[in-house]
Amino acid sequence: MMTLFGIPAAALFGQLLLGLINGAFYAVLSLGLALIFGLLNIINFSHGAQYMVGAFVAWLGLTYLGANYWVALILAPLVVAAVGVVLERTMLSRLYKLDHLYGLLLTFGLALIIEGVFRNLYGISGIPYAVPKELAGGWNLGFMYLPIYRAWVVIASLVLCVGTWLLIEKTKLGAYLRAATENPALVQAMGINVPIMITLTYGFGVALAAFAGVLAAPIYSVNPLMGSNLIIVVFAVVVIGGMGSIMGSIVTGFMLGLLEGLTKVIYPEAASTVIFMVMVVVLLIKPAGLFGKGA
Amino acid sequence: MLKKALIGAVALTALTAAQASAQYSDNKIKIGVLTDLSGTYSDLAGKGAVVAAQMAVEDFGGKVNGVPVEIVSADHQNKADIASSIARKWYDAEQVDAIAELVTTAAAIAVREVSKEKGKIDLVSGAASTALTNAKCSATGFHWTYDTAALANGTANAVVKNGGKSWYFLTADYAFGHDLQAQTERVVKANGGEIKGAVRHPFPNSDFSSFLLQAQASGAQIIGLANAGADTINAIKQAKEFGITQGGQSLAGLLVFITDVHSLGLDTAQGMMMTTGYYWNRDDETRAWSKRWSAKMDGKMPSMVHAGTYSSVMHYLKALAAAKTDDGMKVADQMRALPIKDASGFAVNGKIRADGRMVHDMYLAQVKKPADSKGAWDYYNIVRTIPGDDAYQSLADSKCDLVKK
Repeated sequence: MMTLFGIPAAALFGQLLLGLINGAFYAVLSLGLALIFGLLNIINFSHGAQYMVGAFVAWLGLTYLGANYWVALILAPLVVAAVGVVLERTMLSRLYKLDHLYGLLLTFGLALIIEGVFRNLYGISGIPYAVPKELAGGWNLGFMYLPIYRAWVVIASLVLCVGTWLLIEKTKLGAYLRAATENPALVQAMGINVPIMITLTYGFGVALAAFAGVLAAPIYSVNPLMGSNLIIVVFAVVVIGGMGSIMGSIVTGFMLGLLEGLTKVIYPEAASTVIFMVMVVVLLIKPAGLFGKGA
Repeated sequence: MLKKALIGAVALTALTAAQASAQYSDNKIKIGVLTDLSGTYSDLAGKGAVVAAQMAVEDFGGKVNGVPVEIVSADHQNKADIASSIARKWYDAEQVDAIAELVTTAAAIAVREVSKEKGKIDLVSGAASTALTNAKCSATGFHWTYDTAALANGTANAVVKNGGKSWYFLTADYAFGHDLQAQTERVVKANGGEIKGAVRHPFPNSDFSSFLLQAQASGAQIIGLANAGADTINAIKQAKEFGITQGGQSLAGLLVFITDVHSLGLDTAQGMMMTTGYYWNRDDETRAWSKRWSAKMDGKMPSMVHAGTYSSVMHYLKALAAAKTDDGMKVADQMRALPIKDASGFAVNGKIRADGRMVHDMYLAQVKKPADSKGAWDYYNIVRTIPGDDAYQSLADSKCDLVKK
């Protein structure tokens, strides 16, 4: 059998594919964070909690309203975005003029409160959420068994990431948004309602988190801490990609997923730290991140 | 009339005399339940353990020889340093006489050191490591509910005897996981089985696909899960997703609580074998107690840690009454001497050994098929009762210095 790095090639391909799947989650989550940081200058620490709430809305919808997975995929982001918009209007909007630290502390506090409430209501062990019938089963690729659902996760995430990138970089709306971050006063003077745009951006960012939460629900158990386990890694991804860089967060998300996948075969004990080692190296060499502009 | 009053007076004096001879410091008994109230283990231990301890006090009548009993509780967050500082505060400043529950081995060992130094009683229920009755044993320390040796002896024995000869481990990369893997390997090898390999995963970990693929490639018949809680749940769920169980390999959950099965759902968990110290639906006695507990816990059913906490606190109260003092050494002697029996139906054939191990019957359980389950929380078939002496490490192998050899 052919081997690479002393590992059978088949096993290596399998692990790389799995890395890509995990990378899809990192990409969608870090994309939302990068968007919010880029346009609002807020380090949204409640992103993980919002991802968790997305998964819970899917479960609640299924249990109490009979809403299936596909409905949840639309419903959960809308519900979480609506809550996000209220948070932005009532709390976050007061902090834009202050230091980053205030936004970070507020969103961190919110994350703790949200997680605490869900923990109190649903316990810690989590709740089962079945893979939708249409996506159950899997394909035997020869080198590994690929569950259809995981393939769907990669495709859905890619479409979402590319779509968001196009929206920001190639449309008129995106141009307004980018202009508003550079110079809000000037853009406002041109008759564009900047506060509304910022509010909607926050809503969109957290909707991405909720979408990832619904994607994750059938794979991991839906539990109140699912977000806090992931959020630190996602922050590292954003830092490596360059704070606020859309393309940076997407590419870095997938790349680090691959790297983590490789580490799990070569030296599993380091799998949870390899991303942070990369972060240290990147910060030393290129403090603005791989795709960041200026320092 | 006069006669009755006389008898009454005599009885009363006798009672007060008995009280006067009993020596309880501060005229109060305080039992601390130190557990994980908010983290990974808060469902299998947590608030349910506090409720169980309170039930024991209520069932005992709220008083020991006329002295009131109080339960206090705190969250150790699964951290050894927090656990030992709370234990010190409780013993030194708040007149706590004993500490119960203590999930998470590191936290339990930290409290064990403090209790030993102060000559106070600890009643460990949730922690798993056999270290508590070996290198870390204490004359006033007890390990009540289960341990890694009992889990390995129960599950691994049964699985190897059913033909699961070759094993691969997914092991949580910390002391508990290593201990559980080592104990299980020992049993597998002793039964003529073979170890194909192991992978250590970070703790906690949510994505197991890559480790499962390695386990699949090993070709082992059995994938042993030497982890706990959310890690076990995610590993089992993803094994199903990746077609591992359909592909002919079986999973052996080495530490699975009923709360984990509840979270997985029967559809995913069905057929799995495990060892448990307690099952609520085993007989009339366990059902009656569990339903009382359930009424206080929103319809959930108790894990072995909950029932074990009740049983250990109840036995401690009986020993306090018999010893007529709260002196740790004297109470511990009574605990070893008194028969263990309580309303929860825990501790069948229970006895406490010199190393502090409460040896009792364990159960080999298999998770029911969804169709066989008759209602909420009806999850297990008890396949076999494992007599306590077979389940636990033999006293001859103990490294505890209290064991006379």
